[in-house]
Amino acid sequence: MTDTDTRVQPRKTGLTRRQKRRLSRGAQYAVFAAAVIAFAVTADWGRLQNQFAQVDIARQLFPDLITVALKNTVLYTLSGFVVGLALGLVIALMRLSSVGPYRWLAGVYIEIFRGLPALLIFIFVGVGLPLAFPGIQYPGGTYGKVAVALGLVSAAYMAETIRAGIQAVPKGQTEAARSLGFSPARAMVSIVLPQAFRIILPPLTNELVLLFKDSSLVLFLGVTLEERELSKFGNDLASTTANSTPILVAGLCYLLITIPLSLVVRRMEARAQREIR
Amino acid sequence: MTRPEIRVEDLHKSFGGNHVLRGIDLEIAQGEVVCVIGPSGSGKSTLLRCVNLLEEPTGGRVFVGDTELTDPDVDIDAVRRRIGMVFQQFNLFPHLSVTENLTLPQRRVLRRDRATAARVAAENLARVGLSEKADAFPSSLSGGQQQRVAIARALAMGPEVMLFDEPTSALDPELVGDVLAVMRRLAEDGMTMMVVTHEMTFAREVADRVVFMDGGVIVEEGSPDRVIGDPRHERTRHFLSRLLDPAMAEVEEETPDQVGKAEA
Repeated sequence: MTDTDTRVQPRKTGLTRRQKRRLSRGAQYAVFAAAVIAFAVTADWGRLQNQFAQVDIARQLFPDLITVALKNTVLYTLSGFVVGLALGLVIALMRLSSVGPYRWLAGVYIEIFRGLPALLIFIFVGVGLPLAFPGIQYPGGTYGKVAVALGLVSAAYMAETIRAGIQAVPKGQTEAARSLGFSPARAMVSIVLPQAFRIILPPLTNELVLLFKDSSLVLFLGVTLEERELSKFGNDLASTTANSTPILVAGLCYLLITIPLSLVVRRMEARAQREIR
Repeated sequence: MTRPEIRVEDLHKSFGGNHVLRGIDLEIAQGEVVCVIGPSGSGKSTLLRCVNLLEEPTGGRVFVGDTELTDPDVDIDAVRRRIGMVFQQFNLFPHLSVTENLTLPQRRVLRRDRATAARVAAENLARVGLSEKADAFPSSLSGGQQQRVAIARALAMGPEVMLFDEPTSALDPELVGDVLAVMRRLAEDGMTMMVVTHEMTFAREVADRVVFMDGGVIVEEGSPDRVIGDPRHERTRHFLSRLLDPAMAEVEEETPDQVGKAEA
């Protein structure tokens, strides 16, 4: 190379593009195979089966697993979702309000409840509020209590999601509605919100999946046998049978709900993508 | 001239420090069709949006019929029912079918019953030649069809005045004709219309009066033949020459303070 030639020469490794690709791919498969083999060799399969997959213990769980535990998980989650959605909508509208104190209040709520662990909120609702207001009674007993707790947990997230959805609706929609004589409130309800909710359906469904898991915190509220949900139920039976199979089965029940929901979300997102084009 | 249907008195509008409208006086008589032309940034769209108070004027007064819109005690929603507006971007409600786009405002705002709203919707869809699209959704329509639906939606409210904000600017050239044909028919039916447009042929053939705006003021106005065919002002001539023969335009120095110098 003469010093007048200033072109940068590619460094030569001696491997062609195809060779490099093969090498990289081969290394990744080798690591994966090694991990699987290591796990299969070190695991005590007999013990694992004994601890997690005892068929007769699993059989004992029925029918209460479905008629009580799964039913309650679904009930708690859906009621919490409804409360959270209603509260979240109110907070989102406050956040977008032209009245300063409303905006401020909504901001404070969102920051506080997004920053707190769900467990703390459950204890606050289950223990703190009844002590602070001795006269207070949650409608529906434990169900009401859980609905409020899960509602408080999810409302902050949903408020932010709903606000984003409202802001994603083009301004021209509101202008068109106002020019037709809609009042601001009516334009919001009839024109903006229906479009906003269509936009935020996937993230809202994700929030529902999260709530399914958070409903397990009922464990800490002290519930009757009939009010137990999947986690409490699995935990109780795991200790009475001194075996972890109930935990595994309860876990599978969660997946039974959350995986199809996730698939639905993915579908919706794919469809939204297509519609944007 | 009969009683003015639209009356604008000494209208001013600022966005922050940007003085977009600098004292506009304009009267539009009942049944008159007025086209507002002018370069982009001249304030013509802002003027139109001030007429139904989508933009709040900074100063001056706006009347439609006998009602002063700029009066803070006026029920603006009630007045807007009498003013139809058509947007550049159509702004149809995408979550509603074509018919629902026409019936929902009637039912929610005018409290018409289902049957009446449906009848009025069908009449107005027929008026813009889109009866066969009654059950379609806006996303399946061409731009020209969407704009005709938007016109029908405004007409279904029974307005006394129609405002058009560059109704054909977002359309593919071959679709412009259908929309202009609907507007021409509307003008022939005696509707009072204020049209912000770049369609000089339409302005020339349909308008009763053409208003040329630049820099936030009305530079000149008059019959279409006068303003478009024989413009008195240099700025009007300059604008029209660029519009009618864009390929011949020269590269110009940007004059960001053009608005400031516009006080003629």
